[in-house]
Parts: sequence; C-alpha cells; structure tokens
Amino acid sequence: MLSARASALRPGLAWVLPRAVGPLVAGVVVAFLLQLVVVPILGPFYEKLMMDIGINCLLAVSLNLVNGFTGQFSIGHAGFMAVGGYVAGAVTYYGSFVLWGSAAVHGGFLGGGDLLFLLGCVVGGLFAAGAGYLVGLPSLRLRGDYLAIVTLGFGEILRVLLQQTGDVIFVPAQIEQASAFTLATSLGGALGFSGIPFYTTVFWVYVMLGLLLVVAYRLKESSEGRAFLSIRENEIAAEAMGIDTTKYKVRAFVLAAFFAGIAGALFAHETGTTLNPRELGFQKSFDIVIMVVLGGMGSISGALLAAGLLTILPELLREFSDWRLVVYAVTLIVMMRVRPQGLFGIREIWELGRPRRGAQEKRP
Amino acid sequence: MRSDARPLGYFTALLSTLTLALGPTLLGGCDKMRGGGGGGEPEKGKAPESASGASSAKPADPAGDTILIGEFGSLTGSEATFGQSTHNGIMLAIEEVNAAGGVRNKKIAVKTYDDQGKSQEAGTVVTRLITEDKVVAILGEVASSLSIAGGRVAQQYGVPMISPSSTNPQVTQIGDMIFRVCFIDPYQGFVVAKFARENLKLGNVAVLYDQAQAYSKGLKDDFIKSFKEMGGAVPSEQAYTGGDQDFSAQLTTIKGTNPDAIFLPGYYTDVGNVALQARKLGLTATLLGGDGWDSSKLTEIGGPAIEGAYYSNHYSHEEQRPEVQTFVKKYQAKYNQVPDGLAALGYDSARLLFEAMGKAPSLGGKELAAALAATKDFKGVTGVISIDADRNAKKPAVVLQIKGGKPAYAATIAPN
Amino acid sequence: MTKLLQTLFDGVAVGSLYALIALGYTMVYGILQFSNFAHSDIFMTGAWIAYVVSAAAGWAVIGGDTPPLYSGLVALLASMAFCGLLGFGIERLAYRPLRKAPRLNVLITAIGISLFLENIGQRKELFGTQPQKMPQLLPDTTLFTVADVNFRIVDLTVIAVALVLMGVLQWLVFRTRLGRAMRAVSYNIPVASLMGINVDRVISITFVIGSTLAAAAGFLYVMKYPGALKQPADSTWILLGLKCFVAAVIGGIGNVRGAMLGGVLIGLMEMFGAAYLSPHMRDIYVFSLLIIVLLVRPAGLLGKATVEKV
Repeated sequence: MLSARASALRPGLAWVLPRAVGPLVAGVVVAFLLQLVVVPILGPFYEKLMMDIGINCLLAVSLNLVNGFTGQFSIGHAGFMAVGGYVAGAVTYYGSFVLWGSAAVHGGFLGGGDLLFLLGCVVGGLFAAGAGYLVGLPSLRLRGDYLAIVTLGFGEILRVLLQQTGDVIFVPAQIEQASAFTLATSLGGALGFSGIPFYTTVFWVYVMLGLLLVVAYRLKESSEGRAFLSIRENEIAAEAMGIDTTKYKVRAFVLAAFFAGIAGALFAHETGTTLNPRELGFQKSFDIVIMVVLGGMGSISGALLAAGLLTILPELLREFSDWRLVVYAVTLIVMMRVRPQGLFGIREIWELGRPRRGAQEKRP
Repeated sequence: MRSDARPLGYFTALLSTLTLALGPTLLGGCDKMRGGGGGGEPEKGKAPESASGASSAKPADPAGDTILIGEFGSLTGSEATFGQSTHNGIMLAIEEVNAAGGVRNKKIAVKTYDDQGKSQEAGTVVTRLITEDKVVAILGEVASSLSIAGGRVAQQYGVPMISPSSTNPQVTQIGDMIFRVCFIDPYQGFVVAKFARENLKLGNVAVLYDQAQAYSKGLKDDFIKSFKEMGGAVPSEQAYTGGDQDFSAQLTTIKGTNPDAIFLPGYYTDVGNVALQARKLGLTATLLGGDGWDSSKLTEIGGPAIEGAYYSNHYSHEEQRPEVQTFVKKYQAKYNQVPDGLAALGYDSARLLFEAMGKAPSLGGKELAAALAATKDFKGVTGVISIDADRNAKKPAVVLQIKGGKPAYAATIAPN
Repeated sequence: MTKLLQTLFDGVAVGSLYALIALGYTMVYGILQFSNFAHSDIFMTGAWIAYVVSAAAGWAVIGGDTPPLYSGLVALLASMAFCGLLGFGIERLAYRPLRKAPRLNVLITAIGISLFLENIGQRKELFGTQPQKMPQLLPDTTLFTVADVNFRIVDLTVIAVALVLMGVLQWLVFRTRLGRAMRAVSYNIPVASLMGINVDRVISITFVIGSTLAAAAGFLYVMKYPGALKQPADSTWILLGLKCFVAAVIGGIGNVRGAMLGGVLIGLMEMFGAAYLSPHMRDIYVFSLLIIVLLVRPAGLLGKATVEKV
C-alpha cells in the first residue's frame, strides 16, 4: 500500500530524465569547451596545470564522500589512487603492446587507444573500489582515529608491495610470452611505472570530474545521501532512525575509492607524471585531506576550490624554491586558525549568503 | 524534497569548476604579455600528440642576446645535496662560457627549478621550462626516476635533454632527445665486478642493496650478472629499505656466508651506517660500492670502518689530467670545497651542451640533438666522452680506494 | 639460542626507544583526542640539537678526541630542554587557539607544523641539507657477555634511561596532584575546569613532557645508531614517528602503559621479523600487526572501549 502511494508521488520520467542527464551533458560540453577553446589559448603548461587541478579535484571531492559526508576519517586515499593508477597503467601499457605492438599513443579522439584508456580507467576504478571494500570492512568495528590509522597502514603496505615489483617489460616479444602474473608483477618497482602512454587530456579529466560532481551533488541532496550525512551528524541517532550505518560507511568507502582509482588512472596517463610508489604514500594522502579540510568538510565546491588553490599555490611560489614549502606550511597553519571551518564550512559556494543551518558548523 | 534550486546548484557547481579551470589564465596573463611572440601557439587539439615535431613552434635561433637553457634538480628534499652539487657545476660552466664570449655570440642564461626529488614535480617543471620559458635545451636530474619523468616530457616536445648523472639504462631509452654524460649501471656493475675479480682476485662477494632505490636495485643486478659471468660467486643477496637504521639482521646473515667482500650499491649515508655496523659485528670483508658513495660525508660517517673500501666513480679530483686540475682549482676558488663527481658531471654536461650548440646549424631541437649525438672525443673533466648510438656516454670509469679518510685513485677501467 | 637472545635484547632496546616516542603521541591524544603528527619532527629536532650542542662543544670533530663522559648527559639535557620549550611554544601558538575547533583542523595544523619544522630545519642557517656524522658520546663497548650475547653500554643506557623516564612518568601521572589533574582533563575538560583545574596549564605541561620525552628518544636514537644523522626532511624521521604512533595505537591510544607495551611489542616484532623472516619487510610486519590487533581488539590492547553517550 505504502509503496504504491510512494510511487504515485514519484515524479515521472519526463521530469526526471532531463534533470538526471542534463548536468552530465553539461559537464561533457564544458569539458569539450575547455579542451577545444581554452587549452589552445593557454598553451601546454597551463593545460598540464589544468589536468593536475582536475585530478586533485577528483581526489578531494571523492575523499570528501568519506571524510566530509560520512564523517569517517580516512588518510589512505593515495593508496586507492595508486591501485587505480597501476591497474589502469598496466591495462593500457601491456594492452597496447598486445593490440598494437607498441606503447605509443594510438588513434585520435575516441580511437582505439582512447577506448583502451577508458577501459583502463574503469577497470582501475573497479579494482580501487574492491580495495575500498576491503578497507571499509574494518569500519564495522573501528571508529575515528583507529579507522584512520588502518587506512594509513593499508596505504603503507601497498607502497612497500609496489616497490617490490619487477622492472617494466618493454620488449614486445617478452610481453607476448609473459604470463598474466608476470605482467601484473612487472610494474617498475622503485623506479616507478614509466612508459604508460599519455592519453589523459583536459577533456577526459573534466568529464570524469563532471561525473563525480553530479554523483556527489545528487548524493548530498538525496535521501540515500542523507543517510551518509546522518552518520556524520550522529551515528547513534542515525542507527536509531533505522539506518544501517555499517552498510553506508562501506558504501561511502567503495564509492570514494572508485573515483580515487579513476583519478589515479588519469594521473598515470598524464604527460610528465610517473607512477612512483614513494610518491603515493601517506604524504600524498595528507595532501588530499588538507584539500578537503581547507575547503570545508562536506562542501563539494569548497573541496574544488581548495584543490585548485593548493595546486596553483606551489606553482606560483616556484620561483622562491628555498622558502616555498615554509610558506606553504605557514599558510596552512594560519588558514586553520583564521578559518577553522574551512573556506565554506559544510555549505556550498552558492549557499554562502544563506543563514547558517543551526549548529552544524561546530561539528568536527 | 523536490526543489527547483537543485538544477541551478549543478550549474553553479559546473561554473565554479570552470572558474577554477580558468584560474591559470589569470596567472598566465602577465607572462603571456611579457613573452610577446610566445603566445601565438598554433591551434592543436591534443598539444603534445605530435611528438618531436612540436619543436617547430620554437624559433630556430632565439631573438635577443641570450640563449636560455633549463635545469631541473632536487634543490630541497632528501636528495638535496645531489642537486646542489650538480647545480654548482653547471653554474661554473656557464660563468666560464659567458666570460669567454658565450655561444654563437650570445650569453647563456639558465633557469633552474626545484623538483623536490619528486617525479611529478619533475614532469611539471620540465613542461614549464619548455612551454613557458622556451628553453632550447634542458640539463637534469641526478636520480634516474626523475630523469625519466622529465625526459619523457622533453622527448614529447622535442627538446634535447642531457642528464648529468642518471645511470639507469632506461633514461636514454626514452627517445632520441635524451642524452647523458655519465656511464650506465650495466657498465658500472661490470667495472666493479672486473675490478673485484681481476685486480682484487676475489671469489665470493655478498650483496646488500636498498630495495626502495631503483639505482641500488639496478646496479646490484648488473654487478651480479657481470661478476657471475667472470666466474665469481654471490653467496648472499640481502636487501634493506632506505631509511632503515638497523642492518644487523642482514649483516649477520652475510657474515654466516663468510664472503671475501660485500658490495654495497647504495647512497653514502646508508653505506656509512652499514660499514659501522658491519665492523661492529666483526665483519672484516672488503667493502665495494658504486658512484652513490661519492661524498666527502662518507668518510666522515664511516670513519675507520670504511677505510680500505673501493668504489667506482666518474672521476677522481686527484687525476693529473689538465682538465681535472683546472676544474678543481676553479671550483674550489668559487665554492670553497672539493668538487664531487656530481659537480664534475654537471660541469661536463653543460660544457658538452655548449659545444654542441656552437656546432649545430641552428638551435632547433632536432639540429641540436643531432649535434649532441655527433659528439666525439669531448675532453671532459670526467674523461673523454663520446656519445654512442644509444645516446650514452662511452668513457672510462675510475676506481677509488679510501685511504686515510680520503678517496685515493686506484685504477681506471676503460670500456672494452 | 644466541640468536634468539640477541634478537630479544635488541628488540627490547629498540622497543624502549619506540615506547618513549609513543608516550608523546598517547599523552597528547589522551588529553586532546588528536594525533599530533608533528611529534616526529620534535623527535628529529631533539636529535639535531644533540648534534648542534656537541658540535659547539667541540665533541663532533672528525678524528678528534673521545668526548668526555659527561658529554652525553649535557647533550641529552640540552635537547630535552630545547624541545620542551619548542613543545610549549607550538602548543601555545598553534594548538591553543584551536581548542574549540574540530579535531581535523588541529590535525592539519599538526601537519603544517611538521612541514614547517622539516623545511625550516633544512635551511643553511639551521641544520642544512647534509647528513652529519653523530659523534659517539656514550662509550661504545660491551659491558658483559652472557651466552655469547653482547650487552653493549649504549643499548643498556637506552633501556635504562627509557625505564627511568617511564618510571618518572608513571609516578607523575598516577601519584601526583598534577597527574590527577591530567587524568581529569583527559576524562572531561569542562568538568575538570569546573573542579578548579587550570586546563590550559595542564595541557601545556602535557606537551612539554611529551616533547622532552621525544627529545630524549631522539638523543638515544642517535646514540644507538651513531653513524649518519639524517637530514631534517629525510623520510626516516617521519616513518619512525609513524611506527611509534602505530605502537601507541596498538597499546590503546590514550593509555600510558599501553604505549610502553605497544612500543616494546613493535620493537620485538621488527627485530624478530628481520632476524627470522626477511629483513627488508619491516614496515609490512609493523602495519600488519596493527591491522590484526585492531581487528581483534578495536580499541588496542589496553584501551577501553568507550561507551558512547547519546
């Protein structure tokens, strides 16, 4: 009875479809415009900076799903990024050899190479999501900082394991003979996984970011997402309201890990980056946490802005190499002091003018 | 729940993304204004796609009276000492060439960026050097993983890059724009193996390497391969992770196999610690190493424990060749310290680049790379350098022995 | 047998070092419920101050005379005093204004301070980017040998100093008025302040104690491994701090005795893992132990599962 009444109230397809697909289409259009109009004006260096910003936005917004929305505390996000990056890199690198005999960029826009790259992104994202599930499971029992340290431990174990992998194989004949297991363990080790073709473009980065933004925004404003938020606000009260907190926590982990994996995949295929286990350790995870906190926990637009600022700031300071990290550190400390709730608190940029919603701002 | 504000929310979100993405425009604005002709990039769908052809965007001979070259290195971070030595060597070479009238009647200027020893930063700064500062060539990195990260970008844009001291073979395999002025690990492994087998007549050499450093891992493999080919045996192969302070477990195992010598292909800080702990455990085997040992700090840290150890290096400041002696004198006058191998290699890489610049028909990427590839019998501080078909430097290596707290020249081993 | 005993002894020696550092993490956590990630840098500073003092006193000359016996004590006290002040300053300037801010902010501030100390330490005017040779301030001889196991003075001093400091801390926390105040603050800050406890003062003292312990550990660490004193930004320091934080968590973070237990456990785990399994996987053993312990006992070995108040 109740379900029948509920479904009667549900809006029709004609109402839902444009609202569901519209933002996605808009995202693709924006990404397209960026690639075709903005990039040629700015030139390659700013193109790379734009990709870096986009990837960091992906990481920050996805981590925000766990840290900001659900109120869990993960400091192992770079680990998921590494999983996605390495899996996707292995798919395109070794896949290119099997399909075309070399790891050069193959085909133009949406050509064979691009499709393989997209496949890599999805597979990388799925593997990362799997890892997210495994790491999310302990949250059945752990709270707060204990969970944090487990995520950190996961990232560190992954880093050491990746350092043990063998050299990247670059002789086609050897690759054809090698077993899948050999290939999966030939990821460059400490030297880093180099040789992955450069498929990432501003377009792909911002399409993925658009997708994540739509997912995150819909989540924040839907009943499903309110369940996430309720865990952040008060876990016991949420449970009392009949929310399966464990299920939602694991969901948040899996979803965040999936997009971190995609970010890792994009990172792996970006010009001038090399996957290196040493650089995907806890320090990278901290960088992402900083972006989330600086933007305001739970604020999507805040995470975006913070990720952008924190990517541009070191670049601006590059001329003062001696002092730049000192300045960065001081900025961080001062920022936390003058604006402890982050740039936007839990609100979005367009909500800033509205009165605060109760005591939410004070929540940790 | 159905609120009309929501779709608006999306667009604001998208808008804010757009603003962010456009952020760099504001940053770049002034640069572009200043750069004058620089802004008129031809329209490209995927800019870096067209591999080495992209160099056409650059004027063959830059206007103005200076030629700008780029340098990237680890000036801060864990590997800062390496970056700073190399930088000193490069600056000395530039000072010299400018005092002598410059290259192609123009002064040389250098733009140096710090990459903090991170490969992502290396990729970014090389992109910045090439596309924003429009350098004609790039000098850099010490660590192979960073040279690879930067080198892939340089190759993409068709700008020649010379690595002063990355010894991993993969660096120059990136493509035809990437060169180096040092020998490569397989050769260094061969040198140490040959020296151990023929000069020292050793049969059993144990190995202890840093598994978190690609340099250490690569050199270990190459040494073992060569040494076994020469009939030697490697009774024990142990690993540590950079940052470890306690090597007693590994050294105890090594001690159990009673080797004649221990090969330590790591960096000098770890090597100094290993030496101290090895002697404490009563291990008296000779210590052998590679160019990662090259620092005056090694003997300070290792003290008596490191006495009598041998390591292969790019040059010895005691060599009597005139190139070496004038370089050492000038360097000491300027920086008040004895130049290490990295400084010498930085100096050589810059001078080799200037020579090629002088000979090349123009400063376009392809022409300059061709001139670099044609380098033959260049008299460098670190030996007579010829660039081979794989763009590696063919030159002898020296073996040094630590005597009385100082590295002393022991032997020169030339390529076959 | 010898190997077993030697490993056991080494494990305890390293473990007591870890315990000293872990105490700093756990005390701050117990009172303020946040993980002070800048602690590893205080520890690093302590080690470097010991070097700077010995260099200034002329004990760090390469190939120079053996430093006098009291040199170790001087360096130890100097670095403890300096880091105590540093800890006080950091708390006063960076953490106190954030007393009411979300914990994550404090955490980010800690990361900021950690970055700051590392990078300012790298300046030429301070410690520089070169590793330095740490002089052997404690005599490095074997005191006695039991069943072929060498009991070296350095190791014994490490254990002894650690034990004494931990004993003092035990007494301080459980037997004095100050300790009672500290425990009260860790239970409930508003109530404690209603009881007339000067909360700010107690927190300051906690930071000072934690930092002095870290400085002592830094000094003992460079005495135990007297070779290269790694440069301030080296990952060694952070990784070490991380391990000790793990030790605190394994023991039950916030619990003073738990930190000691956790430290020794991690030390033993590392040494036994290195001696009997493969030596280069130490970090994996440590983090695996962590995950296993937390899966079995989510609040750590000695931690009490907190009852949630609605």
